Amino acid sequence: MSDTYPATIAAIRAGLAQGEFTARALAGHYYERIAATEAPAAPAANAWLTLCRERAEVQADRVDALARQGQPLPPLAGLPLAVKDVISMRGVRTTCGSRMLEHYIAPYDATVIEKLETAGALLLGKVNCDEFAMGSSTENSAFGPTRNPRDPSRVPGGSSGGSAAVVANGSALAALGSDTGGSIRQPAAFCGVVGLLPTYGRVSRYGLVAFGSSLDHIGPLTRSVDDAARLLGVLAGPDPRDATCADVPVPDYAAQLAALPAGFRIGVVKEAWGGGLDSQVEATVRRALDRLAGAGCDIVEVSLPHLHASIATYYIVATAEASANLARFDGVRYGLRAEAESLGEMYRKTREAGFGAEVKRRILLGTYVLSSGYYDAYYRKAQLARALLARDLDRAFAQADLLVTPTTPGTAFKIGERISNPLEMYLADIYTVPADLAGIPAISVPCGEAAGLPVGLQFMGRHFDETRVLQAARLWESLHTPPA
Amino acid sequence: MASAVSGLDAATRAGYEPVIGLEVHVQLNTRSKAFCGCSTTFGAPPNSQTCPVCLGLPGAMPVLNREAVVKAARTALALGCQLRERSIFARKNYFYPDLPKGYQISQYDRPLAEEGGLEIPAAAGNPARRIGITRIHLEEDAGKSLHEGFADSERFSYVDLNRSGVPLIEIVSEPDLRAPAEAHAYLSRLKQILLFLDVSDCNMEEGSLRCDANVSVRRRDDPKFGAKIEIKNLNSFRYLQQALEYEIERQIETLENGGRLRQETRLYDAASGRTHPMRSKEQAHDYRYFPEPDLPPLIVDAAWREEVAASLPELPAARQRRWQSAWGLTAYDAEVLTGTPAQAEYFEAAAKASENPKVTANWIMGELSARLNAQGLDWNRVPMPPGHVAELVRILDAGTISGKMAKEVFEQAWKTGRSPRQIVEESGARQITDPAAIDAILDGVLAAHPTQVEQYKKGKVALLAFLVGQVMKASRGQANPELAQARIKARLD
Ligand SMILES: [Zn+2]
Repeated sequence: MSDTYPATIAAIRAGLAQGEFTARALAGHYYERIAATEAPAAPAANAWLTLCRERAEVQADRVDALARQGQPLPPLAGLPLAVKDVISMRGVRTTCGSRMLEHYIAPYDATVIEKLETAGALLLGKVNCDEFAMGSSTENSAFGPTRNPRDPSRVPGGSSGGSAAVVANGSALAALGSDTGGSIRQPAAFCGVVGLLPTYGRVSRYGLVAFGSSLDHIGPLTRSVDDAARLLGVLAGPDPRDATCADVPVPDYAAQLAALPAGFRIGVVKEAWGGGLDSQVEATVRRALDRLAGAGCDIVEVSLPHLHASIATYYIVATAEASANLARFDGVRYGLRAEAESLGEMYRKTREAGFGAEVKRRILLGTYVLSSGYYDAYYRKAQLARALLARDLDRAFAQADLLVTPTTPGTAFKIGERISNPLEMYLADIYTVPADLAGIPAISVPCGEAAGLPVGLQFMGRHFDETRVLQAARLWESLHTPPA
Repeated sequence: MASAVSGLDAATRAGYEPVIGLEVHVQLNTRSKAFCGCSTTFGAPPNSQTCPVCLGLPGAMPVLNREAVVKAARTALALGCQLRERSIFARKNYFYPDLPKGYQISQYDRPLAEEGGLEIPAAAGNPARRIGITRIHLEEDAGKSLHEGFADSERFSYVDLNRSGVPLIEIVSEPDLRAPAEAHAYLSRLKQILLFLDVSDCNMEEGSLRCDANVSVRRRDDPKFGAKIEIKNLNSFRYLQQALEYEIERQIETLENGGRLRQETRLYDAASGRTHPMRSKEQAHDYRYFPEPDLPPLIVDAAWREEVAASLPELPAARQRRWQSAWGLTAYDAEVLTGTPAQAEYFEAAAKASENPKVTANWIMGELSARLNAQGLDWNRVPMPPGHVAELVRILDAGTISGKMAKEVFEQAWKTGRSPRQIVEESGARQITDPAAIDAILDGVLAAHPTQVEQYKKGKVALLAFLVGQVMKASRGQANPELAQARIKARLD
């Protein structure tokens, strides 16, 4: 970890402005840290897939030039950041953790990439994830699993496992992840970092390789709530290239973090207790709720009667959309192309060789639920269930400003432990999936440990009310980690 | 038109009624594509008009082109359709190399417009009537697969994605058409309206207007429709009619021979004039439509609908009625003059300037059309401005020149580009209407033809025309023929 450089966005920006160090030196420090964490002896984290050092150094020089001239620095000046490898960066390999795109160089920048570079961030490189963001352990990457920095024999979660791991192991200060059913929050919980899911439509998806388009989000993974707030401030806002991105004013999240109103009502989701919830995780979360109550929050109980249907709903909607989104990987224009004698054979061989088992499973599921004769029984019914869940949430938000649950039913599991049981892996998404289905914002913050492994606490908020989600997370953070 | 099947006698054929519906794909003439900013210009180098969106690159997203919506809505309103306030885009999933995303963005169960219709003129013994339009929806075009013309075409196909993402509307008719000639009439009337709306180039050779047909036959006394056969690849008016004629004969013959017909898709082969079934694999598509999550619902609210309605131009049928009632044109002339928007505009301008629409119509449909045809020009590129036609009509109406002279002046004006008034003035080619001047010419004519004068005086009145002709000749066509005749009679009778 960095002993010589500050470890928050605000402190880095201040240090650069005062000439205490240069962005170029900071970048060099982080590349050393990357080399160390990826060295075979560690054992290797296997988190970084592609480094773009030249690009990061050009950006660092730009920031240093501003600092030398005494000009005001942009909000994320010098922030050493990792990008999940499902987000397009011009001229940089964008693999999606797949053989299919192993050698694909994106010819354009995602909107979030443009925004981050304008804001002065140093994009160090691309990090590992489950193939096409499908998975909860990063074991579905074609480039091997990433290890959890807290216990290298365990998974970092997924699909943004690389993003969580590099923030936790100090080889990046922050990372971009993507979340379709929990893929930011679950790895954040497993690795003990902060993971923020913005409202659907808050952050442009342009350039994010689509998995389930009505569920996909880009969001930050950070070490602190303050950093998450600062990153969201840059990422948020309308984009003419994404028709689903909303034109809703973006508040100054970081400036409002401390301004938590008194008598904050936090709704505890009744149905979240029991089921597959690990007892130690439950105990940790209940202790956290007690402390929040002690800090003046009004803890109320709310009900989400259709919570039980959310997993099935999610896997129908997400796989249906995925089956169409992944149809473009056909060997015709880019990516892997298998040699073949006919068109049909080329499609078959390319997709057989290019996709891993989980991706094939989901494409098959999605194709099935949309097929004529099954559409009504699955896809249409899932849309109805999605609407019911959204109504449940609306009712819950009439009683509470925020909802709270554990982020996951358990802690990080061993590499290989669940790979043969996809259903068990799917069921573990129970707490994270509702926010994606309803398009509401949510955050996972570290809330202690169970058997020595990090536990995450999740807050969910109303549409476009990231402010309160961040305020509650900051409050919890201040209770949990008192200022040094 | 010769049928490729034949054999059927007229009575057998008359025992069956064909039932036809058309699905017409129209490329909208927007400047940019339906979901990205790329140009839609036809004929650019392959793949030069592409971007991450229309190439289907990972992560790219569609953004709806407002101009495409306006053109689609304009068409829908002109065809009397109900515009849906909230329509939904859907993904139509299938694999094909020229379909870069593996799905086409289209509309499915909630299309932009429904329940319209258009009037076709009387044809094939059926009276003029309204043909229903089931729906109009907005979608994107695919690219083009190129299977020929490359050195390695034996082993490879190439793909040009310039057309990928160009906006299309699909216009689906009710199965209201009862003869190939009616289908032809429907398509040409539809094309005429689309041209007047300026929503498409409607160029069948370039593929901006494409047509598929659904056709079945049933015994005249049978209320039920027969098995519906879809025919694809009808890329000209002629092919449409020929394919339908062939297919109707084939279906009747099959039934007459005790065979059965199944619902299927057939391709028309212009070379043989026959239709043949597509391979069953090509037919067995399950498109797995579902709502396009990357595009919010398309909302066309009342204000927008009113704006589009207010922008509708005068359509050909309305123009024809106005020209007939206000200007006294015949139905036939009005129909011909609304052949294309440019022709209608040309006539409108010339007729207004001449203040004599009927005579103006004759000149435009006669002398001007003939010259355009002879030189292969269309009404968008008429070298002679409408003002010149109007000027000629006015000079003619004023009696300044004769009809015969007018043809000469028209020819001069066409060749030189000069105005008819200028030509008449400079050549001195004015009609002689002064009786004294006519008499002076007549003196010479009478003196030169004493025999004919004698015979006329003895009662051979048929020689009057000869004498008038001589006056015209002597005056190089400038004498007013009526006046010449009157003077001859006055002098000799
Ligand atoms: Zn484009």
